[in-house]
Amino acid sequence: MIKAILIFNNHGKPRLIRFYQYFTEDMQQQIIRETFHLVSKRDDNVCNFLEGGSLIGGSDYKLIYRHYATLYFVFCVDSSESELGILDLIQVFVETLDKCFENVCELDLIFHMDKVHYILQEVVMGGMVLETNMNEIVAQVEVQNRLEKSEVLNCLFCHVNSSPINREATKPAVPDQHRLRPL
Amino acid sequence: MALKIVKGSIDRMFDKNLQDLVRGIRNHKEDEAKYISTCIDEIKQELKQDNIAVKANAVCKLTYLQMLGYDVSWAAFNIVEVMSSSKFTYKRIGYLAASQCFHESTDVIMLTTNQIRKDLSSPNQYDTGVALTGLSCFVTPDLARDLANDIMTLMSHTKPYIRKKAVLIMYKVFLKYPESLRPAFPRLKEKLEDPDPGVQSAAVNVICELARRNPKNYLSLAPLFFKLMTSSTNNWVLIKIIKLFGALTPLEPRLGKKLIEPLTNLIHSTSAMSLLYECVNTVIAVLISLSSGMPNHSASIQLCVQKLRILIEDSDQNLKYLGLLAMSKILKTHPKSVQSHKDLILQCLDDKDESIRLRALDLLYGMVSKKNLMEIVKKLMLHVDKAEGTTYRDELLTKIIDICSQSNYQYITNFEWYISILVELTRLEGTRHGHLIASQMLDVAIRVKAIRVFAVAQMATLLDNAHLMTGNVQRKGICEVLYAAAWICGEFSEHLENPTQTLEAMLRPKVATLPGHIQAVYVQNAAKLFATVLKSQEGNTDSTAAQETSQLMIERLPLFVQSANLEVQERASCILQLVKYIQKLQQKDVEVAEEVIALFDGELNPVAPKAQKKVPVPEGLDLDAWINEPPSESESEDDQPKAIFAKEETKHSRTRHTEVDEKELAKRREVRKQEQANNPFYIKASPSSQKVYQEAPGVEHIPVVQIDLSVPLKVPGLPMSDQYVKLEEERRQKERVEKKKKDKKKRKEKGGGRRKKRDSGPESEEDITPAHMVDIVTEEMPENALPSDDDDKDPNDPHKALDIDLDKPLADSEKLPVRSHRAAEALKSPAEDGEAEAAASLEPKKKSSKEKREKKKDKEKDRKSKDDKKKKKHRRVEKGEDLLGGQADGPVAQSEETSEAAAPPAANTAEVSDLDFWLSNAPVPPNTQEAATLAEAAPAHETASGTAPDSEPDDEPKDTEPEETDKKSSKHKKKKQKKEKEDKEKKKKKKHHHHHHHSDGGGEESVQNGTMEEEEPLPPMSNYCLLAESSYIKMENDIQGNLQDGSQVVVSVIFENKCDSFLKSMEFNVLDSLNSKLQRPEGSGPHDGLTVPFQLPPGVSNEARFVFTVQSIVMPQKLKGTLTFIVKNEDSSTHEKLDFKLHFTCSSYLITTPCYSDAFAKLLESGDLKCSSVRLEGVSQPFHHLLARICFHHHFSVVERVDSCASMYSRSIQGHHVCLLVKTSGQTVSIDAKCDEPTLLGNVLDEIKQTFSQC
Repeated sequence: MIKAILIFNNHGKPRLIRFYQYFTEDMQQQIIRETFHLVSKRDDNVCNFLEGGSLIGGSDYKLIYRHYATLYFVFCVDSSESELGILDLIQVFVETLDKCFENVCELDLIFHMDKVHYILQEVVMGGMVLETNMNEIVAQVEVQNRLEKSEVLNCLFCHVNSSPINREATKPAVPDQHRLRPL
Repeated sequence: MALKIVKGSIDRMFDKNLQDLVRGIRNHKEDEAKYISTCIDEIKQELKQDNIAVKANAVCKLTYLQMLGYDVSWAAFNIVEVMSSSKFTYKRIGYLAASQCFHESTDVIMLTTNQIRKDLSSPNQYDTGVALTGLSCFVTPDLARDLANDIMTLMSHTKPYIRKKAVLIMYKVFLKYPESLRPAFPRLKEKLEDPDPGVQSAAVNVICELARRNPKNYLSLAPLFFKLMTSSTNNWVLIKIIKLFGALTPLEPRLGKKLIEPLTNLIHSTSAMSLLYECVNTVIAVLISLSSGMPNHSASIQLCVQKLRILIEDSDQNLKYLGLLAMSKILKTHPKSVQSHKDLILQCLDDKDESIRLRALDLLYGMVSKKNLMEIVKKLMLHVDKAEGTTYRDELLTKIIDICSQSNYQYITNFEWYISILVELTRLEGTRHGHLIASQMLDVAIRVKAIRVFAVAQMATLLDNAHLMTGNVQRKGICEVLYAAAWICGEFSEHLENPTQTLEAMLRPKVATLPGHIQAVYVQNAAKLFATVLKSQEGNTDSTAAQETSQLMIERLPLFVQSANLEVQERASCILQLVKYIQKLQQKDVEVAEEVIALFDGELNPVAPKAQKKVPVPEGLDLDAWINEPPSESESEDDQPKAIFAKEETKHSRTRHTEVDEKELAKRREVRKQEQANNPFYIKASPSSQKVYQEAPGVEHIPVVQIDLSVPLKVPGLPMSDQYVKLEEERRQKERVEKKKKDKKKRKEKGGGRRKKRDSGPESEEDITPAHMVDIVTEEMPENALPSDDDDKDPNDPHKALDIDLDKPLADSEKLPVRSHRAAEALKSPAEDGEAEAAASLEPKKKSSKEKREKKKDKEKDRKSKDDKKKKKHRRVEKGEDLLGGQADGPVAQSEETSEAAAPPAANTAEVSDLDFWLSNAPVPPNTQEAATLAEAAPAHETASGTAPDSEPDDEPKDTEPEETDKKSSKHKKKKQKKEKEDKEKKKKKKHHHHHHHSDGGGEESVQNGTMEEEEPLPPMSNYCLLAESSYIKMENDIQGNLQDGSQVVVSVIFENKCDSFLKSMEFNVLDSLNSKLQRPEGSGPHDGLTVPFQLPPGVSNEARFVFTVQSIVMPQKLKGTLTFIVKNEDSSTHEKLDFKLHFTCSSYLITTPCYSDAFAKLLESGDLKCSSVRLEGVSQPFHHLLARICFHHHFSVVERVDSCASMYSRSIQGHHVCLLVKTSGQTVSIDAKCDEPTLLGNVLDEIKQTFSQC
């Protein structure tokens, strides 16, 4: 089981947090701070596993992280997960982000936290690995994005045309071609 | 007015969205908090608006703020509103916010049940997906109970995307609502063989997670997992399965033997490091489980150690780390194979990576032996000196102590050395582990009696040099050691060489700077020392010395009387008065020493940490009985006192698990004694350790070894332990020489008898005798204490509730709660509906009973053994029936109960024997295929034992079932004939074709053949094929799907008597697989055969039908079976049997269904179907003939035929559409096919190919 997924930058600013077990907001922030403290003081050429994240879980839990440019991706997992497997999973996740955002960088994560969450939801669900095939993940994310786009478009038109008050109001003002526009 | 609204909606477009919020926060770095609080105010305004788009936007922003640490639970209701939007976009935002900030105590969760149920059944799979994802994060026990059935239905959704999510979320449901595990498990198991790899991997994931916590319940799945392991190519799945096997092997060593070969193959073949690593890990687990007496696995150990060495030597730090981690597992059972890599591990201690250093330290812990302990500790001491940073140094310190003290100081041969190590460690600056060293000193001094003289001397030196440590007064600092030193010097003061000097050291004014609790010990032990000093001095003729000592006490003690610490003050003033009184007596020349010593008389024995818990409850004491009558009803209204009582009860009940029957108790005690007797470190022949106190063996009985005076005991601040290493070597050398001498003598005496093997060769572990004949005093336990195992289990572990026997057949009461008004349950009979309704209406009541249950749980938490739970469940069953009221009358309920009670053991043994069967097939068959079929066959039975895979109750009385299916199939037969006729009419010309097999037996086919013959002289084709044949009997069979029931197939078997004898008592039996099961009459076990309802006179044949239930129809299947019968002659009768293999082809799951060309076209256009094609070469038969064969053997119907091209259609019993386009040119036939189930299609095409390759 994965207990938590944290993404923060080199200064410890959270970019995405996903806990699969309840912690209060204060506790969450404290965990982020401590995790950052543990992870940030490690060189890039040491191993990617850390024990003793005492805040989150006990001795059964491990922190497995990867450092990409300005971001740390940290997974807190228990012993039922394969260490190297999770490292691969982080790689898959990051590559998926790269595909979905086209050359992902920290700014993408900063401004589109929600989208990152939606992508993550296709990879990990409720603390368990859902899908590891990148193409499948990207495909599902794209279908949902298209669905969202079409809804937004629809919504925009509905907004102008479907409300009766709106229509009355716009009738005299709006020229014919507006009303005729196909929905 | 209207304009205002338009304006409002335009304004809305310029509301801050998430990006604006983020940008804003970034632009207000210096007053971020203030900016965010204004944003939150805006959000609050937005949430008040009716427009859902605005609300969703606001909720989205809140999710971001939650990440920054702001509590957004106040918006929970708005989140629910957004969740219930009909638009996917908003729904997704809502569910995301909910998953980030809802938790079990969020009260609005109650409102979401219906919304989530609606989303789960949404036609849009992404609505369902989003709901599942969200739910997985905030599922509560109530949600789990209410939605379990809906989620279970989704596990069979047509879209794999939904299936895999539904499967995964079931784990969360199980955790929150353990009752759902048993009803849902069959379907979960089924998903292990799902055609979609994602679903399969999800199912593996869930079962692995379940099995990890309660492995024994999943042992019966081992064959299935074994099959998956040998067939899967998905590394993720493989890793999970291999990890699971690692958890299962300790329970079943035979499983390990089966695993070794495939795992070693994987180790050799895989290129994925992750897989390799897990394989090695599991092989290690296997080896551990096999460790006793399996010398022939040394090759595997060597392989593992070798591979691990490669990992450790790798430049990749991750591999190095994991290699060390795995190495530590091998170490436990095969320390020798690891110890040869000591160099490598010591090298890792110098690694720059702390994680790796710590792992290496862990390894050292297990690598020590009597022989190398001193050497290893010496190296570690060097590292202690070198280590930079206190954390790592502290880690080293604790490790040194761990290594030395492990398993009751097993590896320490020389305790003087150990004491000196401890003393050396006290010189560490800034360590936080003073208390650890102190407790070790105390422990050793108390438990190793022989060392006390030495220890006391060392402690006295420490006290003398206390000023070296008092600089560091922080708590837990090194000065803690003085606590131990003072106590040891006081308690064992009789061993002190110069007690007066020590007493003086303990009463120095500097002591007052020490922490209070240490001062208190100083004062108390100064008194003890005083007593000893008095005794020694009173023996002398000169009484002034004694009086001087009293004077010293009286002078120094007032310092402590002024202490701010209450305890120090109290003790000091008591003792001061005492000494003053003694002084008075001394002045009168009264001998007081004996009496003073009596104050501190008696030996203190160590008490085991768990001793208190294990004190048995005296007979006749009922801890559950009220001491005072409970408060009356009216008083109990306020909850406060209730809670207190509840708590108290839990405490008391802890001890109740000791009430095991007396015999068992006595047995265990005996075993424990035996164990102690064999342990050299226990004092033998003391019937109860408690009595040691009274008997007080006295110091003179303890053999004390003379301390070598060459050791400079009294020089503080010098490393002394090193000398011991040398000394120890010398000692051992001497010992060896002596032993040799002795041996020689003995050999001379005995004439070279038995002791040959010891005479030369390297010194073995056992040969090293400890320097001291050490007594380690046992930790005391109460007289009747039990060695109980469940001490360490956390009663609050949610997984404990999932320790459920999955092989027991489902009881009716265990069905998941289903909403009675749901359309999906239309299949139910009205009676059941009523029942469900009753159940639904009972829900609130259930809740209250659940509360009661919970209270009960509290009470019983600690002794919640499995049996107890079973009983409880049983009770609940009864209760449920009671609540149902008039519906169930007494006797019925009772009989149900007894049947339920009787069933489990039978099913259990069946399952066990199955596993035995599978396991007994070791060694592994080299052909994995064979293993796979075995694996397939073996696990089936436990599910066959009556667990209906779906939640829909299958309450049809089973006795009447054969008749019913007969009727159905005869109906079906008629239909089929009609269709066949239609087909034939379309195809005008038909030629005869030879068929390899012909049957004259009755059944539907002969009739069919008849009808065909009327129109066309087509050769009699038959689907009956030979099943098995012996000299007595011939069996032929045909398999037909049942359109009415998507999970049933009917197998018609013709039995033909080929001999001259009478055949009777025929029993037909099949080894069920997971997927296909023979339907047996109710009440019969999963192994029982079905009696063939007729007897066969010579030369007669007859047909019998057997109904099978199949779950997945996408794959062909083979079932092994046996027919047993009695051959009766005039003079004798013999028992015979005939084995056969029933082959369920995919074609047999297809049902000839007519289809019109326009419907056919629509179907193809819909785009839901997957495409596949096949080419047949060298088919010489005419086209129409070919079509006829496809129609007949594979149950297709021709939709349209144009020249050399024809379209055909069929449907499976589970409603899959199969469309074929058959084209021919010359001798080549190409078949393009479409089907919504690619696996099924592939198999059908294979079978068609097979049909034509046979002729």
